Amino acid sequence: MDNLLSIITFLPLIAAVILALFLRGDDAAAQKNAKWLAFSATSVTFVASLFMLYGFNPNDTGFQFVEERTWLLGMSYKMGVDGISVLFVMLTTFLMPIVIASCWTVEHRVKDYMIAFLMLETLMLGVFCALDLILFYLFFEGGLIPMFLIIGIWGGKNRIYASFKFFLYTFLGSVLMLVAMIGMFVQAGTTDIEQLLSHQFASDTFAVWGFQIIGGVQTLLWLAFFASFAVKMPMWPVHTWLPDAHVQAPTAGSVVLAAILLKMGGYGFLRFSLPMFPVASDIMADFVMWLSAIAIIYTSLVALMQEDMKKLIAYSSVAHMGYVTAGIFAANQQGIDGAIFQMISHGFISGALFLCVGVIYDRMHTREIDAYGGLVNKMPAYAAIFMLFTMANVGLPGTSGFVGEFLTLVGIFQANTWVAMVATAGVILSAGYALWLYRRVVMGDLIKESLRSIKDMTNREKAIFAPLVVMTILLGVYPSLVTDMIGPSVEALLHNYHAALPAEAVTQVAHN
Amino acid sequence: MTNADLQTVLPEVLLAAYAMLALMFGVYTTKDKVAPLLVWVTSAVLALLGLWILTGGGGDVAAFGGMIVNDAFARFAKVVILFSAAAVLLMSEGYMAKRGLLRFEYPLLVALAVVGMMIMVSAGDLMALYMGLELQSLALYVVAALRRDSVKSTEAGLKYFVLGALSSGLLLYGASLVYGFAGTTLFTGIIAAVGEGQTPLGLLFGLVFVIAGLAFKVSAAPFHMWTPDVYEGSPTPVTAFFATAPKMAAMGLFARVVHDAFGGVVGDWQQIVAFLAVASMFLGGIAAIGQRNIKRLMAYSSISHMGFALMGLAAGTVFGVQAMLVYMAIYVTMNIGVFAFILAMERDGAPVVKIDELGGYSKREPLRALAMLVLLFSLAGVPPLVGFFGKFYVLRAAMEAGMTWLAIAAVIAAVINAFYYLRIVFLMYFGDEAEAMDSGISPVLWGFLMASAAIMVLGVINLFGVEAIAATAAAALVN
Repeated sequence: MDNLLSIITFLPLIAAVILALFLRGDDAAAQKNAKWLAFSATSVTFVASLFMLYGFNPNDTGFQFVEERTWLLGMSYKMGVDGISVLFVMLTTFLMPIVIASCWTVEHRVKDYMIAFLMLETLMLGVFCALDLILFYLFFEGGLIPMFLIIGIWGGKNRIYASFKFFLYTFLGSVLMLVAMIGMFVQAGTTDIEQLLSHQFASDTFAVWGFQIIGGVQTLLWLAFFASFAVKMPMWPVHTWLPDAHVQAPTAGSVVLAAILLKMGGYGFLRFSLPMFPVASDIMADFVMWLSAIAIIYTSLVALMQEDMKKLIAYSSVAHMGYVTAGIFAANQQGIDGAIFQMISHGFISGALFLCVGVIYDRMHTREIDAYGGLVNKMPAYAAIFMLFTMANVGLPGTSGFVGEFLTLVGIFQANTWVAMVATAGVILSAGYALWLYRRVVMGDLIKESLRSIKDMTNREKAIFAPLVVMTILLGVYPSLVTDMIGPSVEALLHNYHAALPAEAVTQVAHN
Repeated sequence: MTNADLQTVLPEVLLAAYAMLALMFGVYTTKDKVAPLLVWVTSAVLALLGLWILTGGGGDVAAFGGMIVNDAFARFAKVVILFSAAAVLLMSEGYMAKRGLLRFEYPLLVALAVVGMMIMVSAGDLMALYMGLELQSLALYVVAALRRDSVKSTEAGLKYFVLGALSSGLLLYGASLVYGFAGTTLFTGIIAAVGEGQTPLGLLFGLVFVIAGLAFKVSAAPFHMWTPDVYEGSPTPVTAFFATAPKMAAMGLFARVVHDAFGGVVGDWQQIVAFLAVASMFLGGIAAIGQRNIKRLMAYSSISHMGFALMGLAAGTVFGVQAMLVYMAIYVTMNIGVFAFILAMERDGAPVVKIDELGGYSKREPLRALAMLVLLFSLAGVPPLVGFFGKFYVLRAAMEAGMTWLAIAAVIAAVINAFYYLRIVFLMYFGDEAEAMDSGISPVLWGFLMASAAIMVLGVINLFGVEAIAATAAAALVN
């Protein structure tokens, strides 16, 4: 199958078109059909992606399953995966059936809801598979449209503000990247990512209006990409759209946002910033690491003070993404392995945590922490599952959260000991807010009158969590599943990265 | 005047002759009763001429001693003008008939305006340029004031006329300066005069005035003041017409003047055009945020879009012209769809223009709302819709010409512009419910709306081959 990646990417879109064209009516039966069709489409996509995983050779560090067709302006429709992107594709296809299953209780404009998620899946998969700059941008930005609608139509009370903020914030970040991409196109004469990876962008210092730009063109391009990915990631101080978007988005929207959309930023750093602008990345590494360190501490402290469960988890996501960015710019094997691992694991854990909030939100229609307490008495199964993911979020050994955090911290320690110290302190804070949240929501006596009649999780809900539980523990006890897949590609990336640095910079890294 | 010369301008001659004959026919028969027929026939004639030019091909021909040039560039612009004029005419029939505005003069005035536009984009001489421009403008002044019993419409016509006359004055003054210093009105002569060593200062003065006059016609800031009022006051189909064909014609003329006559001094006009571009993008975007009337909003939106198109011209390269042409073709297509939507906005038969009335629209008309959503995101330039490619082309043109600052300004303006498009989406999809509008829509409007939206989605595959045609056209213009 030469076009396996295209099939995987566009299967959900085809399902969305079928839904849009052929499903009529909005009664219960039609709603059920829409849900089942979306669920089957995402499941089939997942199965198709398993074929890809099976055929993927981790030891080949080049792109695999490559397909190429000419497109406009000398650009091409080029798809392919390597060790860095393959697991993100898997993460997306794995999570989407869960996401669809989690919106089984939605009754408002179900058909449109399913179409939005299916289109979103296509766009997300496209981001991870695209091997052409502009094609990447197309998918990267296209995702804003369905997400804008998901937050706007199915969101909470303050959804209008949140949806506009989400859209305009990320749009502003990305358009600067577009300018940089066009600049690369003009300079290198190609938009093929594979060729750009081996293109050396000029890094000679020059002056703009009297300012010396160290690292030259590379630094400018790097900054433009950074503007986009830092917002997407999100990094402190441009993270403020995320809590708003999360709080207002419906549960499934939050899951997608936290589990997959945030990973695009990290993926972008690994695919573009580090390999294409090595000199600039090297210059900026300390800057990014310190921003990450601030993010970890600052957002953890903010998370401590949240009254809203979703907001708390949103801030915790920002903190965890701090480990990812610091790990990536540590630019060593452990750091990057850890960053990718952390992103995958955070995909499962944060997704599960938002689902946990969704479970009780569906019952009580509030996310206020104060409205809960003592749920363990009425919902033992829920308490157990929430416990597991809280622990995973904290980074308890035996869960995937631990591996990601540990690896990144090892990587960061080698690159910048001070940042590592600060970041490690963040682990304690994360234990603080996560356990406190758990304590306030689940533990204690059930004193709230409104909670008397609350029911434990249904079988459907348990089934939704099952795969996430399995993956979290499996990756926690057997992390090689991931590291073996990504290792060789990361190694190759690092090899090129260090080879591209000027001699003295390399020795500096060695000294550190 | 030889046979060959006439051959070159045959489409224009045929269209003008058709307009005269139809006028006689209208006058001597039943007058307004034949108006619907004339609308259909005129738009068929326009579309046929468009098809003829599209498929005809032909080389780079200069007629009447170089006064009229028929090259690939002119043909590209003419095809866009003819098709969009035909589309808008078809769309206007229902609206105009319902309000008693469907006079038989209307299609004929549009046809005459189109003749003017065709001459504009073919002009190879300042005189031909002015002739085309005035033919177009006079016809447009009249259609703007078509609703004779409405103060707003009359005001629109008058405003357009006065400001249009002012801009023509500026342009003529510039043309006289150019003539004085170059000794000729032929573009080929001017470019030769410009090319010899030091360019006379008077020639540059003339250039600036000519550009100012042209900027009026494309409604680029700071010469945009007439646009919102004229858009608002004119009957909506006429607004749709203003937003499409004349814009293409004026941009075509702009490109022709700066490249054919002043191609040798790119550096001298580049900065002016770049300024016009930046000013239009920002002014259009910021001013549109405050608009609640969708026609005024579209006026500011068009100002901003002209800014983006001018950015392609500001590059001063072949690719820049190509980018401008692609941008304009996309822009015109989007606007036809959007105006088809606006024309169908009615409550109890009366037109609705307030955007707040769109609240909850998507629940009642999911398909139309979806089409409009696609068009709005496309106007905002969000990928993967075709509107993004328009922006991509002009951005690339600017970057290639080394105008990175212009590209950065443009993308920031694009974000500002996205805001008011998003607000319409927000109103339709998650705004407060407004009173229901009429659910009926004529098949013509529905067809144009859906076709335009479908083009915005499907064009991502290869832009329907526009790229290659625009490349040939641009190569023909820039030597």
